[in-house]
Amino acid sequence: MKISKEDVLKVAALANLELSDAEVDSYRGHLDDILTYIDKLNEVDTSNVEPLAQVVAAAEDDSALREDVVVRADVITEVLRGAPDPEAPYFRVPRVIEK
Amino acid sequence: MSAPATWTIPEVRAALDARRISARELVKDFYTRIEQRNPELNIFLALSPERAYAQADKIDAAIAAGDALPTLAGVPVAIKDVISTHGIPTTCGSRILQGYRPPYDATAVERLERSGAIILGKTNCDEFAMGSSNENSAYGPVRNPVAPDHVPGGSSGGSAAAVAANLSVAALGTDTGGSIRQPGSFCGVPALNPSYGRVSRYGLIAYASSLDRIGPLTRTVRDAAIVMSVIAGRDPRDSTSASVSVPDYAAGLKQSLHGLRIGIPDDYFGEGIDPEVRKKVEAGIALLEKLGCRRISIRMPNTDYAIAAYYIIATAEASSNLARYDGVRYGPRVPGATLIETYQKTRGRGFGAEVKRRIVLGTYVLSAGYYDAYYLKGQKVRTLIARDFRDAFQKVDAIVTPTSPVPAFRLGERTANPLQMYLADIYTVTGSLAGVPGISVPSGKTSAGLPVGLQIYGPAFGEDRVLQIAHAFEQAGGNDL
Repeated sequence: MKISKEDVLKVAALANLELSDAEVDSYRGHLDDILTYIDKLNEVDTSNVEPLAQVVAAAEDDSALREDVVVRADVITEVLRGAPDPEAPYFRVPRVIEK
Repeated sequence: MSAPATWTIPEVRAALDARRISARELVKDFYTRIEQRNPELNIFLALSPERAYAQADKIDAAIAAGDALPTLAGVPVAIKDVISTHGIPTTCGSRILQGYRPPYDATAVERLERSGAIILGKTNCDEFAMGSSNENSAYGPVRNPVAPDHVPGGSSGGSAAAVAANLSVAALGTDTGGSIRQPGSFCGVPALNPSYGRVSRYGLIAYASSLDRIGPLTRTVRDAAIVMSVIAGRDPRDSTSASVSVPDYAAGLKQSLHGLRIGIPDDYFGEGIDPEVRKKVEAGIALLEKLGCRRISIRMPNTDYAIAAYYIIATAEASSNLARYDGVRYGPRVPGATLIETYQKTRGRGFGAEVKRRIVLGTYVLSAGYYDAYYLKGQKVRTLIARDFRDAFQKVDAIVTPTSPVPAFRLGERTANPLQMYLADIYTVTGSLAGVPGISVPSGKTSAGLPVGLQIYGPAFGEDRVLQIAHAFEQAGGNDL
């Protein structure tokens, strides 16, 4: 067994994810299967291989760079309309700092 | 005159030019069909008639005024629900974005509309594009129009089904590990995953940013080429979009395939492939040879490690990208006593099972003590897989494989075992990791009548080559094999 119930709970806490007991049990089994499968990567010798984070060829010119100019977005009203608890121009959340 | 619902993009244009139909009438025709079919097939999550008719009226006015029409004038299109559309509900197939209306359009949507296309609505998909069957949508699965007790594939199942059921002329999908190509294959429509960086991701709600791409699902390969010429190209709002010039893809279709070298990777025809799929793909390769292609056997020795590398990298990126759904800025909130508890409850109840599973896996492979063993290892293996493609393209012009080892399966048949579901992505995740373009083109049906897809890979930014081969294949009767 590669992953315990405690491991799942620890990771769920890191990800701010509330899981039911049934979910913890079921995910533990699935993750165990998947991580065991992933172990096959240990067959591959990668000692002299660089990691590949993304495939975009490093731009030969500066085309990925742009001038840093301020552009008006004017979307505050629309953005707040979709928020669960807006108080323009803010998003309201439960108290974070105790008195 | 054939029924408008079956028209290709050039046929729509011909009908408008000849004034056989107005854009408004065409849109109405599609919405009537959608009303009839959607209750059964569950393809559309939201419709946008106001915006569609306003755009149709603009096209009709342009026709009346005798103005030159843009490329996609009057063409009804459907947009996968992970792509932002200004003011139109965009949920990513998730409860956590229920009721969300983006304050802006994705670049691809903006470009389609600027070219005269008409947005009919948003298509159902696996939640946050995570899945291969559409069964992970919080709003219920899409049914495959070809065989309604079967899945349409995923995650762009709604987009593939919309085209297959004649509920839109074209659709945009997104592909991270196969999510355009596999549903295209399951529903029997051409489906192109462009090179990474070919189409702007601005407004695409992220799943795995180093893999995500937007591409077309269409009735014909020519239609895919036409849509690509509209949506491809550099966008200053996506720094990973490439400054590579965009050819007129449709103009390049007529070239002969004579002398093209097609690589057939032995590694893709091993265990696990359905015998009927293998037979159809073999027949497809024989057809390409008849069209003048030279078949060359190649090796892609790291293929066997692609699934493992993909599920490390994709879930790691997902765990980071999906951190933004916290019940503060959009979507419903499940209140807790503290802010942290609000996050936990909102996310715990807002996300579905597969998304939570991937967030947990992705967080695990990135967590202290495991980063090197999993995430870094996965990225190194990704290098080797990209190298397999690079080496292959030194010897061949294109690589031909099945799109999926199996045809569409029955709803519910494969949900019990997530790993088994992942393993069926083998032929598509390789190209995703390497960043190369791949198209799935219909290649006949199994004895049970289920579509089979042939996949054609080209080198990065070789969409023209891939489309050229797929078009010749289609025109030569590839789907009647």
